[in-house]
Amino acid sequence: MDHLDHLENQSIYILREAYKNFKDLAMLWSIGKDSTVLVWLARKAFFGHCPIPLVHIDTTFKIPAMIEYRDRVAKEWGLNLVVGKNEKAIAEGMNHTQGRIVCCEALKTNGLHAVMEDKKYTGLILGIRRDEEGTRAKERYFSPRNKDFEWDFKDQPPELWDQFKTSFEEGTHIRIHPILQWTELNVWEYIQRENIPIIDLYFSNENGERYRSLGCAPCTMPIKSKASNVAEIVDELKNIDTSERSGRAQDQEDTYAMQKLRAKGYM
Amino acid sequence: MTDNGNAPNLSNQLMRLVIVGHVDHGKSTLVGRLLSDTGTLPEGKLEFIKDICERQGKTFEFAFLLDALEEEQEQGITIDTSQIFFKTDKRHYVIIDAPGHKEFLKNMVTGASEAEAALLLIDAKEGVQEQSRRHGYILKLLGLTNVVVVVNKMDLVGYDKDVFNKIREEYDEFLHSLDVKADEYIPVSAKLGVNIAARKDEMPWYEGPSILQMLDRFEKKQRPNHLPFRMPVQDVYKFDERRIIAGRVESGQLKKGDRLIFSPSNKTGIVKSIEAWSVPSQPDTAEASQSIGFTLDEQIFVERGDVATRTDQLPIVSKEFNVNIFWMGKNRLEAGKTYTIKLTTQETTCEVVEFKKVIDASTLETLEGQNFVAKNDVAELTLRVQRPVAFDLFGEIITTGRFVLVDGYDVCGGGIITTYTPSNKEDKLRDEVRQRDFNWVKSDIRAEERAYRNGHQSALILITGESGVGKAQLAKKLERTLFDHNHQSYLLDGRNVQLGVSANIENEQKGEAIRRFGEVAKLFLDAGHVVISTSNVFNQEDHSDVRLLAEPFPVIEVQVTGVEEPTGEPDMTLSLVEAQNAEASSEAICKYLKEKKILTGHNYSI
Repeated sequence: MDHLDHLENQSIYILREAYKNFKDLAMLWSIGKDSTVLVWLARKAFFGHCPIPLVHIDTTFKIPAMIEYRDRVAKEWGLNLVVGKNEKAIAEGMNHTQGRIVCCEALKTNGLHAVMEDKKYTGLILGIRRDEEGTRAKERYFSPRNKDFEWDFKDQPPELWDQFKTSFEEGTHIRIHPILQWTELNVWEYIQRENIPIIDLYFSNENGERYRSLGCAPCTMPIKSKASNVAEIVDELKNIDTSERSGRAQDQEDTYAMQKLRAKGYM
Repeated sequence: MTDNGNAPNLSNQLMRLVIVGHVDHGKSTLVGRLLSDTGTLPEGKLEFIKDICERQGKTFEFAFLLDALEEEQEQGITIDTSQIFFKTDKRHYVIIDAPGHKEFLKNMVTGASEAEAALLLIDAKEGVQEQSRRHGYILKLLGLTNVVVVVNKMDLVGYDKDVFNKIREEYDEFLHSLDVKADEYIPVSAKLGVNIAARKDEMPWYEGPSILQMLDRFEKKQRPNHLPFRMPVQDVYKFDERRIIAGRVESGQLKKGDRLIFSPSNKTGIVKSIEAWSVPSQPDTAEASQSIGFTLDEQIFVERGDVATRTDQLPIVSKEFNVNIFWMGKNRLEAGKTYTIKLTTQETTCEVVEFKKVIDASTLETLEGQNFVAKNDVAELTLRVQRPVAFDLFGEIITTGRFVLVDGYDVCGGGIITTYTPSNKEDKLRDEVRQRDFNWVKSDIRAEERAYRNGHQSALILITGESGVGKAQLAKKLERTLFDHNHQSYLLDGRNVQLGVSANIENEQKGEAIRRFGEVAKLFLDAGHVVISTSNVFNQEDHSDVRLLAEPFPVIEVQVTGVEEPTGEPDMTLSLVEAQNAEASSEAICKYLKEKKILTGHNYSI
């Protein structure tokens, strides 16, 4: 059993715990590589099925190819897709020029609030990883959020021996992070091993650029790269010295941008 | 930076390391030094920080380096200090954060529970302190065996051999009392880089390895494939035509065709297939740490919490066992209060029946006569769970011998099962029943088929209450009512068992009389009957024995009582007045049996 097998088995265990313990459970699917790997892991965990609805928060600013890929894969894999939008903010013309953090909170965090309220989900599975950035590194596998979606990162419950937090006060919910322990490289190695179809925005285009992290079009920048397939990305990542989210503008908006966003319920 | 993409690629050689110890004993400095000495830092970083220190008139310390990295991390540029990677020639390491905030212990436990090796830091000048002891005890309970004690700040005591030896002696004695052995004691100066990556000359009297040399000596723990097979059932899936029993193999190995026993329910079945999705070929075997799923050759009722094992390597099943625990709850762990216990995938409630030894974890002093455990303390207890659970001793199989306690919504304690003595009558009887069940010769007619014909499942109805309240009359009426509905009812009178089956035993052999009664009832239940009995021959405490003998068939206690508070926990109560009207009472009992889906009617379909 190698390291990838170990990660895969642990993630499957977590997904099954989530499925058993939460009646109203959903999984966020951003269309990016991490949450797509998560969908793949769910199909592994549930023997070819994905019994958990997938929520996609559409900000309407997503790169168009993402939506096309989303609908195609959802159909091929027989996924139960739930699309969430903050219709009010979109109608009022919210966009990144009003401040990236303001925009992220309105369209993503509040878009998520709306779906959660509508569907009464009490468990939400997300594909975040500890190595992405500092506040995510402090996460638990089963991480409570209060009634206002807030995360008390300074006072988190203990977590040990794969005994997770599955009881909670009414009105609160639990975020579940099955691939918390994976690194960016692990994700690509797994995509390579399992031959998972990934959106081609990650691969180098004719301009010698590729996306390393996907988000909204105005706030996500591609990186210079010649990596045009999964194997080349794996090689590239072994020798890279910039951070994965360096192309994500909201992270750079403010020194504590992610901490602020995540404390309020951002993914 | 290693975690910004070019994270460890020697995937198979990644060791998780936790650094613990008392606050200010030099954790950040050690981390900074490890990064620096393993060439993990970005080009020019060290010089840059040194330069800043010089300009600010401060002496350079490695802790500054860590702080600087943390600051940059918040800007999304460099590393995260909660998971720091470094590597040696042998393999990659990840240091898991065990931070020293106010809620220190629960974070330390969270971090350390994932670690494979621990460095426990002790300040040479301050010596063994509160957290040094507490963390030592926790490492023992976490089953962490790769432990190195690092005596830091040796430069502050003039690299004095005696200071080191004194600390070593004191701490070793402490660990010895816990039955733990540190793999090595290393005198270092993290600040000056002495004995971190390589041995240095400052302490010629020390002949052992440097920290990195010692870490590289540790072997990765082998997965417990050689131990008895254990798979706690996590869930049962029926997404398609397959009925898949899912779970993680905690120890041992599984093969297609193996005969399994599920404890505590004692169901058995043969593995028909091991299932997997998107694999080159369906597996024939499974081993420890794999999250798997399998199907059985027949449809038996198995549920989450059952522990699958091989028939010749059974787990312990009991309601009472001795444990060592650490407590992290805001409220104390107290007697008389009910907690949820999570043990493998089993979840039930428990109570402390005895506080054998409560220990102040900072001094390791026994708190004599104390019947509670305060936050951050540890204790040896006897726990009693509400219904029997399957487990192993921690010393035999780690993963099935540990548990957490939940108070309110949060995990508040963790513990390991140290000993179990099948001393009480109930445990002995349970062991006998298990042996009987394993060897039971099954009929070709399944219980479901009998239920289909009879219009009901098997059940034992015990009518209890003081003498003279009309139990016998009610039992007779109930037998008749059921019979008139074309059901298979039988009034098993304890007196009749006494006259025949138990004619050769003396009155004082009460336990044996109960056992015989239960076994006779079990035969009738196996034959598909609703067996009715009154409790004239046995008292309240014998009920649990009868229930045990009747498992897995339901036992319904109907108590006739003149007081509001019934004795024990009957399933149904009847007042004295109600019981006088045997006909109405019989109907009420039948109604109850319908609600409980025991009387299903003759259209019952399987």
